[in-house]
Amino acid sequence: MTSRTVPTGWPGIPRKYVPVLVTAGLFVAMFVAGGIRYQGFATGQIVLNVFIDNAFLLVVAVGMTFVILAGGIDLSVGSVVALSTMITASLLNDGWNAYAVILLVLVIGGVLGLGMGAIIHYFEIQPFIVTLAGMFLARGLCYTIGTDSIPITNPTFTTFAQSAVPLGPDLWITPSVLIGAVVVLVAAYVLHYTRLGRTVYATGGSEQSALLMGLPVARTKIAVYTISGFCSALGGVLLSFYMLSGYGLHAVGMELDAIAAVVIGGTLLTGGTGYLFGTVLGVLVLGLIQTIISFEGTLSSWWTRIFIGVLLFVFIVLQRLIGTRRTGWPRLRSRRVPVPAAGADD
Amino acid sequence: METPTPILRMSGIEKQFPGVKALDGVDFRLMPGEVHALMGENGAGKSTLIKVLTGVYDIDGGTIELDGRRVDFASPLAAQHAGISTVYQEVNLCPNLSVAENIFIGREPRRFGRLQWRVMRDRAVEMLSQLDIHIDVTAQLATYSLAVQQMVAIARAVDIDAKVLILDEPTSSLDAGEVGRLFAVMRRLKEQGIAILFVSHFLDQIYEISDRVTVLRNGGLVGEYRTAELPQVELVGKMIGRELADLERLESRPTVRHTTPLIEAENLGRAGAIEPFQLTIHQGEVVGLAGLLGSGRTEIARLLFGADHASTGSLKVDGAQASLRTPRAAIRQKLAFCSENRRAEGLIPDLTVRDNIILALQAARGWTRPIPRRRQDELVQRYVAALNIRPGDPDQLVRNLSGGNQQKVLLARWLILEPRLLILDEPTRGIDVGAKAEIQRLVVELSDGGTAVLFISAELDEVLRLSHKVAVLRDRRVVSQLDNDEELTTDTLTETIASGARS
Repeated sequence: MTSRTVPTGWPGIPRKYVPVLVTAGLFVAMFVAGGIRYQGFATGQIVLNVFIDNAFLLVVAVGMTFVILAGGIDLSVGSVVALSTMITASLLNDGWNAYAVILLVLVIGGVLGLGMGAIIHYFEIQPFIVTLAGMFLARGLCYTIGTDSIPITNPTFTTFAQSAVPLGPDLWITPSVLIGAVVVLVAAYVLHYTRLGRTVYATGGSEQSALLMGLPVARTKIAVYTISGFCSALGGVLLSFYMLSGYGLHAVGMELDAIAAVVIGGTLLTGGTGYLFGTVLGVLVLGLIQTIISFEGTLSSWWTRIFIGVLLFVFIVLQRLIGTRRTGWPRLRSRRVPVPAAGADD
Repeated sequence: METPTPILRMSGIEKQFPGVKALDGVDFRLMPGEVHALMGENGAGKSTLIKVLTGVYDIDGGTIELDGRRVDFASPLAAQHAGISTVYQEVNLCPNLSVAENIFIGREPRRFGRLQWRVMRDRAVEMLSQLDIHIDVTAQLATYSLAVQQMVAIARAVDIDAKVLILDEPTSSLDAGEVGRLFAVMRRLKEQGIAILFVSHFLDQIYEISDRVTVLRNGGLVGEYRTAELPQVELVGKMIGRELADLERLESRPTVRHTTPLIEAENLGRAGAIEPFQLTIHQGEVVGLAGLLGSGRTEIARLLFGADHASTGSLKVDGAQASLRTPRAAIRQKLAFCSENRRAEGLIPDLTVRDNIILALQAARGWTRPIPRRRQDELVQRYVAALNIRPGDPDQLVRNLSGGNQQKVLLARWLILEPRLLILDEPTRGIDVGAKAEIQRLVVELSDGGTAVLFISAELDEVLRLSHKVAVLRDRRVVSQLDNDEELTTDTLTETIASGARS
């Protein structure tokens, strides 16, 4: 027997890479289409700008990828980002050292995630509900700090926010992008070359089996929420660089953008299948949609949402098609409608 | 063959569950390099014994010695570390990971914390080739058949430096060729000195592979025997604790019936599931469906019951055109379907025996007209007694019943509707000999009473023993319909399944 491949026109490409390749193709197609349609679009800096404008989303989406791969969901990330900007801004205004503030914020994010993960695991509660509670909690905590936007004037932060890293002629990025890139590389390494990473995949594939195979499921589940909390806090710090303010209304709905990026990147919401590289592409696609709409000029920014919505539908259907065409025994069963227990269809 | 020291010795094992003594002073020993079958009816204590051994349950009395040392496992993980690995009936692996990972996950080869994928792949290839499996180990586990997955599970189990390998009904979902391969592997492991504990409901398999057999009944030890010295009939007698008269009374072949047709399927078919077929079921007739797993047996049943929609053809019930678009329509026509998947598609484990039995009747009456409690009790009492459901307490939760008794509860549910056609999909799979005989006898009685039965089973002798007519399926097509006469034997049936026509 040999490796099974997609029964479509791409011989030799393992099925597992198809969603990621589709997303990559979509990104290239959008870039080319934009380049043809708009003057000054097809430059490297456009891509880099997408990274610059979405570095915080990238970091948050990396954390979300861990959670979704393990079969969970984290709705609290947007609120934790907002809370992080709020804590950062208020502590800096109180004259704290910038690095101490960043460290503290990261610890707070990690602890929040750890707490939610522990509740999810030990009390066997749906991650949806626990992180929904976490979302309200973190958002509400923002307003105990202040109801208005707090500007950041700390010199370390403003220098950091305004510095640029040159990458060549007419190409530059911000330090935030570098941080985002490091996070992506570390996360990809963890997912593919460490036991923790593989246990994340195993848990998402079948928690019951993972348990019977003697894998540390409890530790892993709690770890992914801790990672997500940490990434959210780091995303919050990056957003503080970007916005130079802390505000309780920052990052409203960012959890949904992060989930969208992960799904568009080809990761299955049921867990166990997907790649971090897909998430990077997902963030890029979301960012590029925004860029195209701003180039178009006449379209309202709400069109971003419409396109994201359409894309999500397309990708969910695509995953379904790929999922059900799997070879082997699960196919027959999964496609059949179960016979309802007698009378249960009333 | 007599090896002096057992690798594993369990003595005087006691295990008490609320209200039941699950194990009562059971002794069990396992020699290195033997295949030891553990036999018993459902509820005899086989799974409890295995769970006690693998650390899922703790024991209330008795001792376990592994390699001469007293052990007490707190968890399955602890048992694994001590060299006891288990392969369960359901494959407990991660379908989304590669074959290689499934073998090694949790003990991957690492250097400075970094996984060595190449080493993992090479070792996986090597280990599987020892089991005579040559596959791409980087492919996802889900892309392979259940048999291969089972082999991967065994490869994983053996790699944990196993001294004792427990195979809990590994063959129940494998076909004959796959079973052969599994047995070849078991023989090789046996030669390496691994002690194998094997559980199966198939007597033939027990006799083919095992050296020794331990029989349990009602939580107690009946005895340990050499398989070769114990005739099959005696083994079954020891398991069920009574003579085989019950089974043998059924041996006479049913006579063909000439009554009015109840169900007539004309070119009925569903694209991708089953090609158009003709099938007539007469009143009081038992029609057997024979064919391999996935040949379309269940698909026919689902079409007749309206669980799937037919894409071609028509169906007559009682001579009148009927369109069964939903199971509810079928139930109104007094058709009943016992699904092969009793856990997922039939029983509700957290309801009582009474509630489960009454469910279909109540649904047919409508929920606004509850069945009076007295009538419920009467009905339930009658069927619990008629089907010999144990324990006979109607208020027991179905979850707590053994597989065979759950199957009987499901049967009872449909029987109180007094169906004209009862579709039984693998009603005897995974249940013990005693319960099997009872279900078979029930089919005969129903048929004598005028109820038609569509009987689906992977066991050909069972199909032959009960059916008036056998429809043979192959590759989602009805290839042949054979009257059950003297010329029809399991051999001719097998041949028909294999070749597609009666030779």
